[in-house]
Amino acid sequence: MDFSIVTYAVPFLLVGVKTTLLIAAFGVGLGLPFGILLAKARISQTGTVRKCADFYCAVFRGTPMLVQIFVIYCGLAQIGFIRHNTVLWWLIGDSLHAAILAVILNTGAYTAEIFRTALLSLPRGLIEAAEACGMSPWVVFHRIKFPLALRQALPSYSTEVAVIVKESSLASTITVLEITGYAKRLMSETFAIMDIFIITAVFYLAINVVCLTALHAIERHLSFERHSTR
Amino acid sequence: MLHDIWVLMVEKGWLLALLRGAGITLLIGFVGVVVGLAAAIPLAILRWRQVPVLSQLVDAYSIIIRGVPGLLVIYLLFFGSVDWVQRIASAFGYADSAENAYPFLIGIIAIAAISCAYSIEVIRGALQAVPIGLLEAARSLSLSPRVTFFRVTLPLALRLALGGINNVWQMTIKDTSLVSVVGMQELMRAAAVAAGITRSPLLFYCLAAAMFFAMTAVSQVLFNRAENHFNRGFSRG
Repeated sequence: MDFSIVTYAVPFLLVGVKTTLLIAAFGVGLGLPFGILLAKARISQTGTVRKCADFYCAVFRGTPMLVQIFVIYCGLAQIGFIRHNTVLWWLIGDSLHAAILAVILNTGAYTAEIFRTALLSLPRGLIEAAEACGMSPWVVFHRIKFPLALRQALPSYSTEVAVIVKESSLASTITVLEITGYAKRLMSETFAIMDIFIITAVFYLAINVVCLTALHAIERHLSFERHSTR
Repeated sequence: MLHDIWVLMVEKGWLLALLRGAGITLLIGFVGVVVGLAAAIPLAILRWRQVPVLSQLVDAYSIIIRGVPGLLVIYLLFFGSVDWVQRIASAFGYADSAENAYPFLIGIIAIAAISCAYSIEVIRGALQAVPIGLLEAARSLSLSPRVTFFRVTLPLALRLALGGINNVWQMTIKDTSLVSVVGMQELMRAAAVAAGITRSPLLFYCLAAAMFFAMTAVSQVLFNRAENHFNRGFSRG
């Protein structure tokens, strides 16, 4: 491998890393609460709420993320109302904002599925006990259900975080220059296709390893095993 | 409004273009999954048997492809091969036909390479999940390793792998949209072309989304049926 290509490419890719991490951070920071809310909606007693949330998840999980990005960035911009509304236009009009929005909406649907399974798998007795103690539904949720469900969901959610990092690459199709965007540009500039691919892959693998290690540490922190070690 | 859509879709033929794109999407997805699966079975066996060196190579391939965005894999295969494909094609005097068939071929190879990496994990997991007692029973009946593999291990593993294969297929169908970036005329590309010419991106991208949704929903139903079929005679967990 030609070393000059590494020194040429790395500064560009580092700029891309910032954008990728920004998108991923929003995807986790806003997508996680959104997904948990959706999961709650999907197990709600109210039929309409449940059906709407189910439909939302089915649509976002059943269509490619690329199509979702284009519907949001190109499609919604066609509607006059959105173009003239300052807040909505701020969300949709800028390609980076649109990409972040798409990632949040997309990951929310997958996160909801993970947390729905986790919430449904909670032992019924615990919740009955909490209710018998006179806890309000909100207290039951944030003191009993959520901590248990989080522990249950964390292994699957770390996979989802890795997916978010990868899906953020689709932002490059709407002119956001993140890692993949820069990689494409560098590939067509230097023609050192394989070299650029390897360098870029190293960046992605490094990000994934860091994220997964961090999540694994949280997982260990939350698990029972830590306390039972003699 | 409705009349406008009718003119756009039927009289100007955009619906037909989209449906043709959907057909190509299904074709790429199907060929990609089948080729990927065919390549994944021997590779998964290498991993399962823990053949030295080869097993690590398969592992590295699977980790890299699964850790890197599909878009990047497509760029690698597409940009990385334009040069020599053109050279080979013009050497044999097929420069024109290569130009047409080329994105299609690379698209399929890229999709197959991605789905293969995921299939390896699915099949390896399924092979490992086959109860060891059954294999011991087969050995005690002095069945040859070949017979054991094809008559005992593989049928059982395929049943266990079905759920995972469903996931790979659903993911692959969605991943085919990525090859539109290198100019393959599949559903996403057809929608983008239609959106550009008619200046109504909302309509066409939503239509493309609906078609993708229909594909994944129908295949989900089919896989559920297949799973019920293969799980007959097994108690539900």
